[in-house]
Amino acid sequence: MNNSPFIRKPATVRGVMLQVLAALLPGIAAYVWFFGAAILVQIALASAAALAAEAVMLRLRGRPVGMFVSDGSAVVTAWLIALTFPPIAPWWLVVAGTLLAIVVAKHLYGGLGQNPFNPAMAAFCAMIVAYPQLMTQWPAAGFTDFGAELQAIFGADRRLDAIVMATPLDSLRTVLRLPDTRATVAGILGSGATFGNIGGKGWEWVALGYFVGGAWLLWRRIITWHVPVAFLATLALVAGAFSLGGPDKFPGPTFHLFTGGAMLGAFFIATDPVSGATTPRGKLIFAAGIALLTWIIRSFGGYPDGVAFATLLMNICVPIIDMKTQPSVFGHKRQSGGDAP
Amino acid sequence: MNLQDLRDIARNGVWKQNSALAQLLGLCPTLAVSTNLVNGASLGFATIFVMAMASFTVAMLRNFIPYEIRIPVFILIIAALVTVVDLVMNAYFHSLYLVLGIFIPLIVVNCIVLARVEAFAAKNAPLASAFDGVMMGAGLVWVLAVLGGLRELLGTGTLFTGIDMVIPGTAPITVLPEGYPGFLVAVLPPGAFILLGCMIAARNWLDARATARAHPQRHAAPHPAAG
Repeated sequence: MNNSPFIRKPATVRGVMLQVLAALLPGIAAYVWFFGAAILVQIALASAAALAAEAVMLRLRGRPVGMFVSDGSAVVTAWLIALTFPPIAPWWLVVAGTLLAIVVAKHLYGGLGQNPFNPAMAAFCAMIVAYPQLMTQWPAAGFTDFGAELQAIFGADRRLDAIVMATPLDSLRTVLRLPDTRATVAGILGSGATFGNIGGKGWEWVALGYFVGGAWLLWRRIITWHVPVAFLATLALVAGAFSLGGPDKFPGPTFHLFTGGAMLGAFFIATDPVSGATTPRGKLIFAAGIALLTWIIRSFGGYPDGVAFATLLMNICVPIIDMKTQPSVFGHKRQSGGDAP
Repeated sequence: MNLQDLRDIARNGVWKQNSALAQLLGLCPTLAVSTNLVNGASLGFATIFVMAMASFTVAMLRNFIPYEIRIPVFILIIAALVTVVDLVMNAYFHSLYLVLGIFIPLIVVNCIVLARVEAFAAKNAPLASAFDGVMMGAGLVWVLAVLGGLRELLGTGTLFTGIDMVIPGTAPITVLPEGYPGFLVAVLPPGAFILLGCMIAARNWLDARATARAHPQRHAAPHPAAG
């Protein structure tokens, strides 16, 4: 319970979105350092497609175009899409994904503030289902030949053999699932060029960049502590428990936290104020659910990373989570089960 | 039975009370079978036959069927007709029969068939009932064909895949250029839901526009049911 006087914080959608974009910059910087400038091309492509789609949809829906286009929410979606798609994906993949996110996942559900599903994650899931091969071609760490990357993005003839490498999560699971494998997690992590000190090679630094940006968002009070803490703690706990029980089969918490989309998910995706839970207890449940599902999908599922699917699955649960976790009004008795009107 | 009645029946079936876009009945086969144009339209035509014959038969027997047990009797009649369709397709369109699979026998429990028998054929003359069955089926056929066509076009860039199963000697056409990568989601179940939703929205939009044009003053006045 807060006491008066309340100091109003002049938060506009635009201000929040600009700070979210700024918070992504450390991660992007690490991304460029390890994987080349292709990601900047993808970000530009996605942003242009998002703004165009946003303007067209707002016009069709008869809403003020200028006000909503300049609020920056479409750009945040676009950046998240670009950061979750492979940087050497062909240009149309990220454009199609962005159009899907803005047109279908955002505006067909009623636009900013109404979408039940995280648009960026909806786009990622649709694209990885439709184009599993293109969505799993990632550059090897340290490959920063911008010309070759541009050729991969825009060229008709994609010669990728020299560039492509499976992601850390992907190569770990592939080896672990070989029939009659004798490989152990420690052995795999120590072997390949894919793996770094604690996570994926290069990826651990990108994740650290997201962590720094996310911490800054927390300090700026753009996001609350509930979602990142619940997400990272749950992922670390589950991964840690299984890793203790079966160290040969299950990688430990640091690997899970510093590979794939875990950090991006904890600070930038699960914290989406629209498609996520809104009550404090609800946020804890929501984020813990995403982390648990992410770990399950990574460990036993059919796709290399689980953050996107886990987010969509928990998005479906948000209405009931919010309903069941309504805080009681001050001075009133706690409603049993929270199922009052 | 005059011309106006027939026109109303046709308009109801094809547009106003379209089974898939307005009544939203029988969505399971609509969503499951419309992976391409030929599959969708084929199941639609099988349903037309069943609906026309079932409505005709029920309308002829409507004065002899005891009211209390009418539903089991209707279902028996529909099931007998579906068996006919099932055997005929197995004999003459065997490969198509294998593709459509369980959805042919499932026409028995397609609620649009029972709904029209109960709502129309049980109260009207045989010929009008048969016409209603044909028109309701036609409404289903065009929706299935458009939905299947859209999914096929987005998913693979072709149209009329499998047409040779229905008309031997014909070939599917490739509409989009050779390099089109195909958007698999359109062929998968989510694509069916999203595209059917778009079609329903388009139908509502066309209807709203037509209403606004025909009655410009009604648009401004509050709806009587709104209060």
